[in-house]
Amino acid sequence: MDDCHGPAIATLPPPGTAGKQHVVAIVGPPNSGKSTLFNRLTGLRQKVANFPGVTVEHRMGRAKLGHLREVFVVDLPGVYSLQPRTEDERVTHDVLAGTMKGLPRPDAVMLILDSTNLSRHLSLAAPILSLGLPTLVILNMADDLHGRGGEVDAAELSKQLNAPVVLISASKGTGVEKVFEFLNGAPQHLPPKPPLLQLPVLQDVPKVRDWAANMSRRTNFRAPAPPLWTRRLDGIFLHPVIGPLVFLMVVIGVFQTIFAGARPMMDAVAAAIQTSGKWIEATMPDSPLRSLIVDGVWSGVGSVIVFLPQILLLFLFIGVLEDSGYLARAALIADRTMARIGLQGKSFIPLLSAYACAVPAIMATRTIENKRDRIATILIAPFMTCSARLPVYTLVIAAFIPEKPLLGLFFGTRAAALLGLYLLGFLAAIATARLLKSTVLKSTRAPFILEMPPYRWPTVTSLVLRLIDRSRVFLRRAGTVILAVAIVLWVLAHLPLHAGKAPAIGQSIAGMIGHAVEPAIRPLGFNWKIGIGLITSLAAREVIVGTLGTIYGIEGTTQSMGLQAALRHDLTPGGAAALLVFFAFAMQCMSTVAVVRRETAGWRWPIIQFAYMTVFAYVFAFLANRIVSLWF
Amino acid sequence: MRFNKNIPVGPRNLTALKKGESGILERIDMSEVDAHRLMELGFLPGHSVTRAHSAPGGDPRVFRVDGSEVALRRETAVHLILR
Repeated sequence: MDDCHGPAIATLPPPGTAGKQHVVAIVGPPNSGKSTLFNRLTGLRQKVANFPGVTVEHRMGRAKLGHLREVFVVDLPGVYSLQPRTEDERVTHDVLAGTMKGLPRPDAVMLILDSTNLSRHLSLAAPILSLGLPTLVILNMADDLHGRGGEVDAAELSKQLNAPVVLISASKGTGVEKVFEFLNGAPQHLPPKPPLLQLPVLQDVPKVRDWAANMSRRTNFRAPAPPLWTRRLDGIFLHPVIGPLVFLMVVIGVFQTIFAGARPMMDAVAAAIQTSGKWIEATMPDSPLRSLIVDGVWSGVGSVIVFLPQILLLFLFIGVLEDSGYLARAALIADRTMARIGLQGKSFIPLLSAYACAVPAIMATRTIENKRDRIATILIAPFMTCSARLPVYTLVIAAFIPEKPLLGLFFGTRAAALLGLYLLGFLAAIATARLLKSTVLKSTRAPFILEMPPYRWPTVTSLVLRLIDRSRVFLRRAGTVILAVAIVLWVLAHLPLHAGKAPAIGQSIAGMIGHAVEPAIRPLGFNWKIGIGLITSLAAREVIVGTLGTIYGIEGTTQSMGLQAALRHDLTPGGAAALLVFFAFAMQCMSTVAVVRRETAGWRWPIIQFAYMTVFAYVFAFLANRIVSLWF
Repeated sequence: MRFNKNIPVGPRNLTALKKGESGILERIDMSEVDAHRLMELGFLPGHSVTRAHSAPGGDPRVFRVDGSEVALRRETAVHLILR
């Protein structure tokens, strides 16, 4: 089939300045396959970026055109019109108008529309064509359109719009070469001509929609039959009884994946880090540098990298849910429950992910279009009991709570304590969500609107690209922020030198800080050693276990005692309860702070969040210490 | 809000549609911004809206409109008035 139609204006203007690359923007409504096309065009030569001052992310990539030629492709947020009402629409509008800081006005536009929904999606063609930029109209999902008996005359549409039109299937890759042809076209620039059917002067929705309906009628558009499979599947997934059961199974599946499924891989990574650390220790001569590399960098960065398998599995899961269309159904089912705490259905999966790790959870909030709901979800996610808290919980619980059966063989006092801590984090999240949504993040009653896309098979390419992108984000942070924090903490614990040797930790800078903060943490029942642990665990929660190990290993009076015994020697039961509560609530995690800064495009929210959670943790740890001290 | 959850008051709205039932939209009684957003999704006056599935418990509900499916909460659906 001949897929490319229209006047030979399928070209880009020559670059304005020598050496400058063309910028081509991809614009389209949500669920039109923008990202799939973007992935097809750029492959791995892409990155996610934020525009200055806005939380909307966009993706930039380079499309290779052969003979060392490339064009920059920008994937803009999905919009239905160019009226700058929401932040997404404003970004798309500003970029296309050339008023977005840090990005020149695109040289051309690729307008991608879902061909199975052409009469509605064509509405976006009206404002885009009035921009006067060379525009390629891409009708996507051709396979789906034809499969369901739909038809569109691309040649006629091209004639009517006075712009080149191609019919493609971005997910199957058919017709994508026509898009490359457009990007690669001969360097002759004809200004685009207005469509035959005069564009509506007023860009109001009903007028534009009428224009689009007329346009699709003129091009013999035959709407496809309703998506039968989607209806059949919805009959199951949204069934009043089976639906919630499937939902529950998916939730359990996510949980299993992030806890049990990831465990062997995490153990393997941890073992690899340990072995390689030992190897470095064995090959390097004993020096402060070796200690810095092994104890500081290797174990510090390693303690974060351990979470990579879990994060990747989680994103694989979320990717399958999102690309298949089930995520929208899950959001629909969860919406009512989430609405009770002032959130919405789309917050559910990110919050569930936060039980593994807040970092991927916060990255997963990108599916929430409502900015306030998204910020609220980001702010409460770190209250969920992530797996980095578990080593701390297990240590303190094992040291202070004797194991007694409560309910049968499998549920004893220790399990109850752990469950209680999970519950505590959950309650704090709910309380905070309610507080936020009734104060600073009070939504201006923006209606909850959830589009239900048809079910589709997720493609391997898109899943793999997503995993690579998330790993890159994660590893870059491990390599920068975490690395820096690990080095700083090592320096604090190993300076000042005494007679050329590292000091006992009590005399180190970290020890001095520990002593200095002791008056502040004494009301919680903590001494200076716990104080050091609180400081080092700012990098990541579980670091406190290693730090305490070092402190008690070094210190004379508690030497040769096991860590649990040492803790019992140093902490009252009240102090232990306070420590647990403190770790349940405090934002002791640099990775989370860094990811919140990235996702909210600024320091404001992470600083507020860190301060809030620390104060929250302090107050409740104080209360826990007081209350428990009454009995023990 | 001027609606009552139990007793149907005022004009017939989207919540009156039973599963599989269709109606013609008359107007959207919401702020311009919200109404625009809904219109862009296909909730256009004069167009047909069909009620499809719903979440367990009946809220939110999915509506078929202009070739796509969109879920709305009850609190929103009551502002979409049928002819």
